[in-house]
Amino acid sequence: MTALVGVLALQGDFAAHARMLRGLGADVREVRVPADLDGLDGLVIPGGESTTMTLGIEREGLGDPLRAFAAGGRPVFGTCAGLIMLDRDHLGILDALATRNAFGRQVHSFEEDLAIAGIDGPPVRAVFIRAPWVAEHGDEVEVLAAVDGHPIAVQQGNLLAISFHPELTAETRLHERFLALVARTSR
Amino acid sequence: MRDEATFTVKAGLAEMLKGGVIMDVVTPEQAKIAEAAGACAVMALERVPADIRRDGGVARMSDPEMIKGIQEAVTIPVMAKARIGHFAEAQVLESLEIDYIDESEVLTPADEAHHIDKWGFKVPFVCGATNLGEALRRIGEGAAMIRSKGEAGTGDIVEAVRHMRKIKGEIKHLQGLDDAELATAAKDLQSPLDLVRKVAADGKLPVVLFCAGGIATPADASLMMQLGAEGTFVGSGIFKSENPEHRAKAIVEATTHFADAERVAAASTGLGQAMFSLETSKLEHEQLLSQRGW
Repeated sequence: MTALVGVLALQGDFAAHARMLRGLGADVREVRVPADLDGLDGLVIPGGESTTMTLGIEREGLGDPLRAFAAGGRPVFGTCAGLIMLDRDHLGILDALATRNAFGRQVHSFEEDLAIAGIDGPPVRAVFIRAPWVAEHGDEVEVLAAVDGHPIAVQQGNLLAISFHPELTAETRLHERFLALVARTSR
Repeated sequence: MRDEATFTVKAGLAEMLKGGVIMDVVTPEQAKIAEAAGACAVMALERVPADIRRDGGVARMSDPEMIKGIQEAVTIPVMAKARIGHFAEAQVLESLEIDYIDESEVLTPADEAHHIDKWGFKVPFVCGATNLGEALRRIGEGAAMIRSKGEAGTGDIVEAVRHMRKIKGEIKHLQGLDDAELATAAKDLQSPLDLVRKVAADGKLPVVLFCAGGIATPADASLMMQLGAEGTFVGSGIFKSENPEHRAKAIVEATTHFADAERVAAASTGLGQAMFSLETSKLEHEQLLSQRGW
């Protein structure tokens, strides 16, 4: 059965995620209100502005439904602002604390080749845009990759969170990893 | 290997702004109100377009102290305007580590023949366009984001609609052309052929397209999003209205739920007076800011 994956579409690069997921064979639904979460097999929280997204989640009353969604064991994949949304200070789904704009303002945004645990083949070309990093995390959080000594890709059970943007490039392996989690839990 | 300020990184920030509202602010207090209302970025400037229009005279880049004050007040991206062709103003803004530079027709143009060569900068640029050829010339010069020009400071949406429909219509037209016809189209559009081919293949601009110029209400934002804008700039429309905080939130909500008329209706309710407005068709040709640039 084809997986039905939601992409939180309050603000940010949700369309790029939707394009990538459809290209990998998933059905995609944009999520703007709690009812949009019904029946989803997994959820992506995209990049965007974390302040705008936080206010949007509040306005739509999405906080509790999102926490319940993750608590039900369904996979959630956060990129950049999505990672921030998952942390202890925001939705509190991921046992980690993010530092926002950790690499500085836009002029310090960059691309870099990364080795990521569990991703075979050539390095991942990772695009960091006003990106966060993980400042601290609990024991259940596995660090998959770090830059300058700071975790920028982590996994905790069915939660995958990264600081960079594979959805803006031709790099499909992170989304494939997420869809593999979705396939395993929705079976 | 680490590469800073690649085109992917520059255009990528615009991708992160999508579905959001970028608001003009003239003080740190306004910037905080905009951020708290859900703006995805602010444009720091000394006078909003409605005041520039009223005051007349040469409009320039803002005082760096004022820009720094706004950068310190918020954590969302801060943009600022440089005059068309004024690469020294752009260099100053880059030295302040502004997040995006708007090479803007709202300020008085500094060069009547040349736009800024934007490839030489680490900071990304957004530029205005009234049609596809103009958009592709700006992208050819290195712009990483395009916005409609609209007619800033009027509260009249008609020019933004004209520009958005023109750009979208010209893209649709290109999609029906063969290779020989695309070469002629590039000549007619006065645009780089490789960009024309890319637009024809993808059916969209190679960078993010926002709407700017004349948005005053939630329904204006919904209209522009339905016409194909990927987000909105609101200049005078917020802080020249009766209740900026409420209106800012409402335009953010309408930009997210642009296709849901009930949500746009709810957002439009009880906002008080919109900004003082001007009918664009009654303005003299010299008063039209959208005629600046080429």
